[in-house]
Amino acid sequence: MATWQSWLFWPDNAVASIFVLALIALPFLYGARTPVHSTIRSLSRLISNPLRITARWLFVTAQELRARNQIVLLAHGREEVGKAIEREFERIAKVVQRDLHGYPTLQRKLMDEITRIEEDYQKCGEVPLPPPEWTKAVAAIAKIKPSGDGLVEKILDDISASIDKIYAKVVAEYRRSYGERHKILKGFMPFWRSVDRTLSRVDQNLTSLQVTAGKIDAQIDRYKEIKSGADKVEHALTSSATNQFIISGLVMFIAIGGAFVNFLLIERPMSAMVGGGDYIFGNLQTSQVAAMVIIFFETLMGLFLMESMRFTHLFPLSNIDERMRRRMMLISFSILLILAGVEVALALMRDIIVSADVALKQALGGGVPAATAVDNWVTKIPAAGQMILGFILPFALAFVAIPLEYFIYSARTVSGALLVMGIRGLGLLARSIASTAKQAGHTLIMLYDVIIFLPLVIERLVKMSFGARATALPAPAKSGEVASFPKRPTNPPTNPMDTSERSASGDHTL
Amino acid sequence: MKKLILGLLSALMLAACSDRQSHAHAVYMLVDTSGTYMQELGKARLVINYLLGTLNSGDTLAVAEVKSRSFSEKDIIAKATFVRDPLQANVQKRAFAEQIAKFSASTSGKKGSAYTDITGGIIQAAQFLNETGAARKSVLIFSDMQEELDYKTVRDFPIKLAGIDIIALNVTKLTTDNIDPRRYLDRLAWWEKRARSAGATDFRVVNDMEHLERAFARK
Repeated sequence: MATWQSWLFWPDNAVASIFVLALIALPFLYGARTPVHSTIRSLSRLISNPLRITARWLFVTAQELRARNQIVLLAHGREEVGKAIEREFERIAKVVQRDLHGYPTLQRKLMDEITRIEEDYQKCGEVPLPPPEWTKAVAAIAKIKPSGDGLVEKILDDISASIDKIYAKVVAEYRRSYGERHKILKGFMPFWRSVDRTLSRVDQNLTSLQVTAGKIDAQIDRYKEIKSGADKVEHALTSSATNQFIISGLVMFIAIGGAFVNFLLIERPMSAMVGGGDYIFGNLQTSQVAAMVIIFFETLMGLFLMESMRFTHLFPLSNIDERMRRRMMLISFSILLILAGVEVALALMRDIIVSADVALKQALGGGVPAATAVDNWVTKIPAAGQMILGFILPFALAFVAIPLEYFIYSARTVSGALLVMGIRGLGLLARSIASTAKQAGHTLIMLYDVIIFLPLVIERLVKMSFGARATALPAPAKSGEVASFPKRPTNPPTNPMDTSERSASGDHTL
Repeated sequence: MKKLILGLLSALMLAACSDRQSHAHAVYMLVDTSGTYMQELGKARLVINYLLGTLNSGDTLAVAEVKSRSFSEKDIIAKATFVRDPLQANVQKRAFAEQIAKFSASTSGKKGSAYTDITGGIIQAAQFLNETGAARKSVLIFSDMQEELDYKTVRDFPIKLAGIDIIALNVTKLTTDNIDPRRYLDRLAWWEKRARSAGATDFRVVNDMEHLERAFARK
């Protein structure tokens, strides 16, 4: 087998041999310069061009996908807001139906009470009759000066006594009159309170309506924003979808944990029902599959139950009537209840099997049997716990439908965004490789010229000596042509960028 | 509703297309009751109890004794294929353990057989195990592996043990082995060669009765 040493003229002197070989090869390399340059350029284009096309296609695809994602996201957002508005309107309808339904009665009652209050108020406004005319006569008599006449004194005393008597009567009348008016005013209180209560209720209802109307306004604003398709809205919706995706994923992970516990609870006793030694696929036992089927059925019934209760909207059930919906709800709940009952029985059976197994192993172990525990309620706790767990877990699993719905809807957005990111990443990678391949081609061409620098220098000197320097130098290389040997610049470039730009563009003129 | 019915049907179809390939484990244990090895019967019971504790529904266990001539169904002390119902299987295991206990009690104080026909017992075990159709078949030989045959008994012919694991348990050292350990090692090597040439999938020796799980550990 020929080794590299067989190429050496003087195997003992490798350097000299290589030098001579290089000298021999130089003319050939110089002669092959043009085709070698073309080959390198073609090869670099062979790699870079398809990659650039691929990169462009990937970017366009990413753009289209992003636009599509945006449409889906905004449509979903619109749908969500639409549902929210619908819910708010339903709430308003309920408020109107519940509270404002009796509003005419309320108004009539209010009007009656106000009329009553007005009447009473008018009654309060009736003042007692002014003092009689004789008071003027009394005033005139009062002007009489005391003269010491006995008759006059007596008359005056009689008048004074009469006046005192009348005065007392008038004051008593006056007080009675005011007392009556106070009584009427006292009678106002319940009506005032009733009016106050009625008005408070009306105010409360109207405030509730106002709050709901405010919510609707906010949702309408949001709807308008979504419809405008602004980037801000898109980012907000994407962020919201990501949050939902993470939260619902977490909840589902917990639910899977619950399902696993449920599986462990019923897998063993299932072997008593479907057979312990039967296998379905590989090492998957029939009892395990049966336990899984039961859990899947429970989840399925939970989905139907949640769907029929309008908690979720995974299936197109909007076209079924209310009666059918109620029937579906009843059926799914009944099946769920039966399955929960089956699980309770299986949990009890599991406890029996485990106890029997422990007793057998104890007997086989040859040890002294442990003292039998007193048969009281404490010893029944594990069995009861398993039975309760067996009953609760199916219903708990039913609620998986809610996070599942959020997970599915948000997964579309999140996976779409990730896909766009992935495609863009691939596009960037393809573009980078294309650019690298192109630059590698340029570098190889330059390297080739460096290797054959000696013949190229000779060529330049020969051309200079012939004095046809201007005409001898070839025109600058065009795209697709072989680059000429770099000529020495008359003035070195002042801007360092010029050099780098030339290197990048493949123009190797120094 | 349609979806529900479809789901039920799919589940039924899934249940119907069960894997016909057996996953059962059949174990045939040969207990040497010859000579002084009779004293080791207590240890054999421990092994049997371990097997009863580890074998599952659908598995088969048979225990037979190795005597002067062991190629006979009469030598089977107890056998059982555990039913699918775990509670019933539990009852079977209890009954099995009782049978072994009775056998152990009946042999106590009795003299062991004069000869030891291990090959005959292995042939009987192979036949029994092949009839079970189990996926995994194991022959446990609870013996010192010293075969002694009378002049009339013929066992020097090739035997077939395809697909069967041979596990020698509690292979005690004889007095002569203590004098020259090569005898013991050569004996085991001879049995391994014989088992492997007969098509046995594995041959191993487990002397540590504290770690019986090693007997069934998959390589």
